[in-house]
Amino acid sequence: MNITRLILVAVGGQGNLLASRVIGEAALLSGIPVRMSEIHGMAQRGGVVESAIVFGDAKSTIISDGEADMLVGFEPSETLRALKKANSKTVVITSLAPLSPFTVAIGKGVYPDLAQVQNIIRAKTARLIALDAVSLAKEAGNVMSVNMVLLGAMTQSKKLPISSEKMKEAIAATTKKAFVEINLKAFDLGFSAADKSA
Amino acid sequence: MHKLLTDSPGQTMLLLGNEAIARGAIEAGVAFASTYPGTPSSEISLNLFQVSKESDLYFEYSTNEKIAMEVAAAAAISGVRSMAMMKHVGINVAADVLMTLAYVGVKGGLVILSADDPSMFSSQNEQDNRYYAKMAGLPLLEPSSVEEAKDMVAYAFELSETLQEPVIFRTTTRINHSTAPVVLGNMKPRITKGDFKKDPFNYVTVPAVARKLHVKLLKNLEKAEEIAETSQYNFTEGAGTWGIVCNGVSFNYASDAIRDLKIEQNVKMLRIGFSHPMPETLIKNFLKTCEKVLVIEEGEPYMEEKIKAFAQEEKLTLPINGKGNQLFSRLYEFDPGMARQVIANHFNIPYTPPQIPDLSDAPEVPQRPPNLCAGCSHRATYYAVKKAAEGMETIYPSDIGCYTLGFLPPLSMADIVVCMGASVGTSCGFSKVTDKKVIAFIGDSTFFHSGIPPLINAVFNNHNFTLVILDNGITAMTGHQPNPGVDMTEMNLSGYVPVSIENLVRAIGVPHVSVIKPFNVKKSVSAIREALEFKGVSVIISREPCMLYAKSLKKLRGNRFQITDKCKSHRNCINDLGCPAFYLRKGQVKIDADLCTGCSVCAQICPEHAIAPLPRPLPEAERGVAGKKGDKV
Repeated sequence: MNITRLILVAVGGQGNLLASRVIGEAALLSGIPVRMSEIHGMAQRGGVVESAIVFGDAKSTIISDGEADMLVGFEPSETLRALKKANSKTVVITSLAPLSPFTVAIGKGVYPDLAQVQNIIRAKTARLIALDAVSLAKEAGNVMSVNMVLLGAMTQSKKLPISSEKMKEAIAATTKKAFVEINLKAFDLGFSAADKSA
Repeated sequence: MHKLLTDSPGQTMLLLGNEAIARGAIEAGVAFASTYPGTPSSEISLNLFQVSKESDLYFEYSTNEKIAMEVAAAAAISGVRSMAMMKHVGINVAADVLMTLAYVGVKGGLVILSADDPSMFSSQNEQDNRYYAKMAGLPLLEPSSVEEAKDMVAYAFELSETLQEPVIFRTTTRINHSTAPVVLGNMKPRITKGDFKKDPFNYVTVPAVARKLHVKLLKNLEKAEEIAETSQYNFTEGAGTWGIVCNGVSFNYASDAIRDLKIEQNVKMLRIGFSHPMPETLIKNFLKTCEKVLVIEEGEPYMEEKIKAFAQEEKLTLPINGKGNQLFSRLYEFDPGMARQVIANHFNIPYTPPQIPDLSDAPEVPQRPPNLCAGCSHRATYYAVKKAAEGMETIYPSDIGCYTLGFLPPLSMADIVVCMGASVGTSCGFSKVTDKKVIAFIGDSTFFHSGIPPLINAVFNNHNFTLVILDNGITAMTGHQPNPGVDMTEMNLSGYVPVSIENLVRAIGVPHVSVIKPFNVKKSVSAIREALEFKGVSVIISREPCMLYAKSLKKLRGNRFQITDKCKSHRNCINDLGCPAFYLRKGQVKIDADLCTGCSVCAQICPEHAIAPLPRPLPEAERGVAGKKGDKV
């Protein structure tokens, strides 16, 4: 089976690892070989969390620079930071809601301009789907559902070998019961936002 | 029921490497487990800890790795299947036990898990612990994947019982923290009771006995080598004449590269999973069928050196390479692209690497280093110490834990960090040879782990420094594990006896002891000042629960704070504290109410008293993503 490589990057606490878990369970439900790995050294201390997900007949669980088929950033500056993982054929999905790192507040860096970030990603990759995942999550009923919004957008792009149905089944099976309804709504909002950005 | 106790053999479950290892141990009937937590091993013990609450598995968080290994060794010597797990540097702490335990041996299986950390994602070095197996003369197993790790743990227990020796099970972060579908197997029943049979001429390692035991160890090593020759974990794939020898995750990168480069017909691969002792005949026979060999292993040239020695013994002159220029590095972890490139170079295969986007026109992305949490008590302590030490020339030896993050600006409160407990030991030396004021920092768990002997040393030798014990009541960095100071009733567990750090420090005879509540800034600064002025050893115990832990226990109190219009933008709050709840909007200082936990330190240091509590705490539903529980170290 063809190999599809997906990178998710987020700030600690944004729910990247849960999103990875959902994708892994969805692959399992679909009978698709999947391997994943995560780097979350000090996630709760505000650092970056990166997950790699490899679908298909590969043994490796990480993705080298230039080799991601899809890059998903939960935060725009982190999407830009991870862009070295992409190539000219990569589909990039990014949330546009910034979480400014503390280094900016103490004057040790400048937060990049969002329009410029999008232009650069567009110029260097095949497609950019940009959406305000935080607003959509709030619209769905819980700001914590940013990860579900992005799962919806990923599924819409058809770049992953997983159907909407299986992804939703995995969301229902993996996320907390009390939040399933909101999560599915967030998924749908992300799906249609990506549809509109096409 | 805990998911790792699921009794349905044949079921496929998505498991983290560390969960798979824990499940493998459970399937093997492990009845006794001990650890000191350390990334990347922590989830193995976390899962076994949880399982122990609903089964007859005995599990303990020991005070340090040496003790964890001793505790497990005694259980195994008494015939009970046992496991001791730790991060790679933990084996250094336990090395004293390990070296002679190899002589003494075990009756029940003992698996010693070493979680190595190439690239140092969360460690102070990237030492290659395969050399410990060589030094101790013990068998060594290394899995390549999550699913193999599970089955290999069971094999390790069998091997340990066959040889009556501990077995070292070595993982790397990329195994521990990868996830894959794993097929569950049968669970052996646990045998929890053992018996110790007196046998002093095999157990009491006085020189006369130890001399005999070393002979026994070497004989055992020969037996282990025989087993390694035909072990299912040492296997070849392919029938070409280009040889590739690999271990661990390198096997994955090599397998993928061979497919990507379409050289399946040319390559013969030898995967070594039982890597000490190295299977001599297997390797020599492999070399004889090859024209050229590439050894792929992260870390040190452990296999490469041995393979070259084997070739020399057989008078084989084929090129054998591994580490070197244009080859593989001894630094950091590998990745698939790197392996593909080196394989292509080494066997002269045309290959165009993927195009990495040129980002020279992209704006620089501001760094996002991990930071002490908003409301972290360590920040408050550091601020108070800095204030109290104003005007002094200082050295700040620090230690291993969350508080190490205090080395970053604006706090800049760590001058040297080496290993667990070294803050106290190095303070003894610094205070003797310099005239600077030495102020050391150590966390509660690290103090129990290895801070006590150097403090005794300081008292006895009459050294002159201040030790600040940052007592946040939990082992926070690795995900809130218990330590001997923890009140276990807060975790709904009974039968534990917490040890008081204050009583301990006083019992050692430290001449100046004080206890502070760091969120009370003024009182803390004056108590610290007094301790700093004392000539001799002074200890300050700074006591305040870890904010994240308190939150998980729903014990977080206090209102969140906001900046009022009295603010004149002195920015002491931002510039002196570096609390991540602060941000700037259009040049104005703001507090993110979703992040603020109400520690009130900023309010106490604001020269305009412009920081005030919000009228009421925000309801939980209105809190932002950063307040989420979940991602753990």
